[in-house]
Amino acid sequence: MCKPLDSLAKRIRHCRRGVLCLSLLAPAALPADEVGSPPPYFDWQAENYEINSPLGGLTGVAERGRAIAGDPLRGNCLACHQLPIPEEDFYGNLGPSLAGIASRQSTGMIRLHIVDQSRFNPETVMPGYYRPLGQLHRVAAEFRGRTYLSAREVEDVVVYLATLK
Amino acid sequence: MKASLLVLAALLVAMPGRQVLLADEAVSGYDYLQPDMQAMQDDLSSNPGMLVVEQGETLFSTPGQNGKSCADCHGEDGARLETKHIARYPVYSEELKQPVTLHDQIQRCWKERLGNPPITYRDEQLLQLESFVRYLARGELVNVDTGGALVPYYAAGRELFRQRFGQVDIACRQCHEYHAGQLFRGQVLSQGQTNGFPVYRYTEGQVTGLQERITQCLTKLRAEPFAEDSPEYIDLEVYLSARSNGLRIETPAIRY
Repeated sequence: MCKPLDSLAKRIRHCRRGVLCLSLLAPAALPADEVGSPPPYFDWQAENYEINSPLGGLTGVAERGRAIAGDPLRGNCLACHQLPIPEEDFYGNLGPSLAGIASRQSTGMIRLHIVDQSRFNPETVMPGYYRPLGQLHRVAAEFRGRTYLSAREVEDVVVYLATLK
Repeated sequence: MKASLLVLAALLVAMPGRQVLLADEAVSGYDYLQPDMQAMQDDLSSNPGMLVVEQGETLFSTPGQNGKSCADCHGEDGARLETKHIARYPVYSEELKQPVTLHDQIQRCWKERLGNPPITYRDEQLLQLESFVRYLARGELVNVDTGGALVPYYAAGRELFRQRFGQVDIACRQCHEYHAGQLFRGQVLSQGQTNGFPVYRYTEGQVTGLQERITQCLTKLRAEPFAEDSPEYIDLEVYLSARSNGLRIETPAIRY
């Protein structure tokens, strides 16, 4: 099993990008560690506005989720939301503040919000980070056949947001 | 009841986010800028877009391969150009049976009147000339025809404005109609009006034409941009220009 080492290497790259990336908006290039064949897609089911099972049965890591939420290349949650990530200066207010989100919503509901916000609001401006593939229009070649975040990244962000009580 | 409605209406009008509430009213991107950026745009000696305008001015009187320059037909520094006509672009050409944008017209003159090899949309000389000509009409009100032969192109552009694109899966209107005035990672979203184009983009440090700007947006949406001068870009330019009707031309405007 070389998984822990693998994810450590990814985290180091994460941090370096976080420091170097000065752009306010998400650059269009695929992160370097995602070039290659897309990760497998795991089906999910929503019930009562919740997805109760973690995607692919994966277990997220809150610290990684926090980095993804602040990273313009990954979740870029700060583009539209406020979060308790004080080292990042710029945020947006298109969406509500997510401070204390876990005291308002269940983990399953947080997961569905990230996976497919259009289930709550068909006119939403929020990307569906793990929507079924093939429902999109004119996706650039390098992103075709990929979800916005991988299942692991979604689970990392879910676990991170679930700590915000 | 009536009185309380009046009070409510007065409150809505008095609120600072007025442009969001009255989405039917066109608001220039200028109104979303910080005062120091507005001052930079207004003071032509500090406006960085003027560099490109001046390059265009020089090019305007530079002879082409057949010895003729733009100034030979249009007068010294464009004195014979009608600024009200510049404000009407894109226009429908009966001869070509299609809309003609300002840069299309410059491309045609460049080739047919000056006898130069054709320039593509991305050629910086085209951007310089377009910036200079639009600058001549600075202060003029945008006045694109929305009742004539442009109607189907306008309608197609409007559809594109509402079409979701790319992996991010959002449409132009979602940011530029529903959320104009709100913050996107520290940046204020504008209505996406076109009265300042070509604009100096502060975040990019360069003057950018409208087509290029739409390409930048599509790329951010992780969408495949359209081909240069494709019908989609023309439709969008017709719609977006008409959408700015009544706003003053600000070229070279400064935008984030």
